[in-house]
Amino acid sequence: MLEIKNLHASINGKEILKGVNLTIQAGEIHAIMGPNGAGKSTLAWVLSGNPAVEVTHGEINFNGKNLLEMSPEDRSREGIFLSFQYPVEIPGVSMVNFMRTAVNEQRKYKNLEPLSAADFLRLMREKKELVEMDNKLTSRSVNEGFSGGEKKRNEIFQMAMLEPKLAILDETDSGLDIDALRIVANGVNKLKRPDNAALVITHYQRLLDYIIPDFVHVFYDGRIVKTGDKNLALELEEKGYDWIKKEVETPIEQ
Amino acid sequence: MEQQYIDFYKEYHTLIKQHSAALMNNFRDAAFEKFERLGFPTSKLENYKYTDMSAPLSIEYGLNINRLQFQINPYDVFKCDVPAIHSYLFFVLNDTFYPVNSTAKQHLPEGVIIESLRTAAETYPQLVEKYLGKLSNEKDDGWIAFNETFAQDGFFMYIPKNVQLSKPVQLINIMRSDVDFMANSHNLIILEEGAKAQLLVCDHTMDHVHFFANRLTEVFAGKNSVYEHYKLENTNVLNTNVSNLLIHQEDSSNVLTNVISLHNGVTRNNIEMLIDGENCESLLCGMVIGDKNQDVDNFTEIVHKKPNSQSRELFKYVLDDTSKGAFAGKIQVAKNAQKTSSFQTNKNILLSKTAKMRTKPQLEIYADDVKCSHGATIGQLDEAAKFYMQSRGISESEARLLLMFAFTADVMDNIRINALKDRMKLLVEKRLRGELSRCEGCMIC
Ligand SMILES: Nc1ncnc2c1ncn2[C@@H]1O[C@H](COP(=O)(O)OP(=O)(O)OP(=O)(O)O)[C@@H](O)[C@H]1O
Ligand SMILES: [Mg+2]
Repeated sequence: MLEIKNLHASINGKEILKGVNLTIQAGEIHAIMGPNGAGKSTLAWVLSGNPAVEVTHGEINFNGKNLLEMSPEDRSREGIFLSFQYPVEIPGVSMVNFMRTAVNEQRKYKNLEPLSAADFLRLMREKKELVEMDNKLTSRSVNEGFSGGEKKRNEIFQMAMLEPKLAILDETDSGLDIDALRIVANGVNKLKRPDNAALVITHYQRLLDYIIPDFVHVFYDGRIVKTGDKNLALELEEKGYDWIKKEVETPIEQ
Repeated sequence: MEQQYIDFYKEYHTLIKQHSAALMNNFRDAAFEKFERLGFPTSKLENYKYTDMSAPLSIEYGLNINRLQFQINPYDVFKCDVPAIHSYLFFVLNDTFYPVNSTAKQHLPEGVIIESLRTAAETYPQLVEKYLGKLSNEKDDGWIAFNETFAQDGFFMYIPKNVQLSKPVQLINIMRSDVDFMANSHNLIILEEGAKAQLLVCDHTMDHVHFFANRLTEVFAGKNSVYEHYKLENTNVLNTNVSNLLIHQEDSSNVLTNVISLHNGVTRNNIEMLIDGENCESLLCGMVIGDKNQDVDNFTEIVHKKPNSQSRELFKYVLDDTSKGAFAGKIQVAKNAQKTSSFQTNKNILLSKTAKMRTKPQLEIYADDVKCSHGATIGQLDEAAKFYMQSRGISESEARLLLMFAFTADVMDNIRINALKDRMKLLVEKRLRGELSRCEGCMIC
């Protein structure tokens, strides 16, 4: 589904990603862990097409298409979804208007008629239940004045509305209380299908108790430096990153 | 540039007076002398720094001092009565009040007078004399002096004590001419104690010639009165509009002014709210959507003369291409106007590198127990918000539109007539989409 080859990218001229290679097949869940500033969010930005990040080298293939040539909106319409580490507040744009515009633009791309008002509201209600989101939130401006946890829940709600093929969750668990974590993880699991995939960026093993990954990657200094199964997450939780850093910094020849 | 008008007045003042009312002629010669002294305000004056009228003033305009009637009935051709807004509908064609349609007249509550100023001045001289020129005569402004020199007529509205209009009044200014044309009109609006009225003024042009409109409006809001003044400018690039709106508020009156420019050429709005009573509320809002060469300068002044009143001011501009905007917000609090609160906000978005915005707050506070603040920002569209929307599949153009629309939402929310608010939102959305934002059903603009 997704194939990243030797990806290099920089922000404001500073190289952040230094040769990322990653392949994700339909049906898989991949977790990325790694210390602060390693470049995990930058990878998520590149996938979603944030113009602040400049790709200097490498390729990304998504379902047979060259992702790097697509506008952010087309990537979304092709099925990429990013749950933002820091969701953006948009005062004056209502959640309903925002979601209706998004859903209908996605439908237009697929040559489908816009949803009727009644169908749209039904869909909203159904997905809100899925993530147990408060009714009041959807009647407000996008993320405006939402608490940290509410913003994260809103990201999962949007994901549920758009049903992406590849969901990238950038620290969606940060700032969530235990109950919210379970609800969000359940939401993700319920949306799991054999033909979609997820890339979960997290600092905490506890999320991976709910969303069981097929692969765990360790991200360090702009690259994936180690890949394992779910036990790698447990090991990291126990030992921290120092041993990985040592492994990476020790020249292989020695 | 002044000279031709000075010569013109010297030659034709008898004719001008002959086709106007005695009460307007009373101050005409004094106004002329003032204009001779002041001339047209130029950008050399501090208050007119950003308004350059030399280009529009170099055009030779026709004036209709003989008061020739036009050959159209606006009630037939003009259907722009904002559907779903039931209003009392009136027209000023160039500078002439169109005879009132009988159906409009019929339903006005007892005692309410809506008329041409000239007719009103002749029919109700005592009433008109008490107010006419009382705000404008005091002013030392070249445009006002020019207006008082040449204006022969205008719109008159009188709402007697405790009468509350249940429908808004809509006044449509239409410019129609085969040659470049100038209109000067003087409007007078009187709300007695406890009266209530809403006025929606729409500016339109019918022809593609150069128009110059110079409008002077005096508003007297009596004790406990409630007045809303909405102005929608929807003209075209050939149009120059100078407007002086002078509002006088007495105790416990509540006045809202909301001035919206969607399409225009060069516009200068001077708005003064003179709070000459206690416990008044004043809200002054406005919005500009500009592109191409549009030029809008809103020069506002809120004067607190008495204690215990509140004023709020909110202006927003969205400027694209080589359009220009200016905003001046002067707040004056007199020494004895204690417990005044006054808040001013001006926010602007520039969509291109060549669009220009000048903003100037100016607080003159002579009282010590007051709450006043002002804030002005000039920025671009929020890129993070735009990307967030795009990442949900919303196209860039739609994302920009949603953001611009959201930006103007609080000005729209200060339209207290729901049907008008809905209508305005639709017009603004169409305007932002670059579709023609003419009023639907309006056949002539
Ligand atoms: N606009 C920017 N200008 C300069 N450097 C930037 C900018 N944005 C990010 N960076 C740098 O890029 C590097 C990678 O940041 P990124 O956010 O991808 O890290 P991360 O792995 O997601 O970290 P965390 O776990 O803290 O979220 C950091 O060193 C950061 O300071
Ligand atoms: Mg991050």
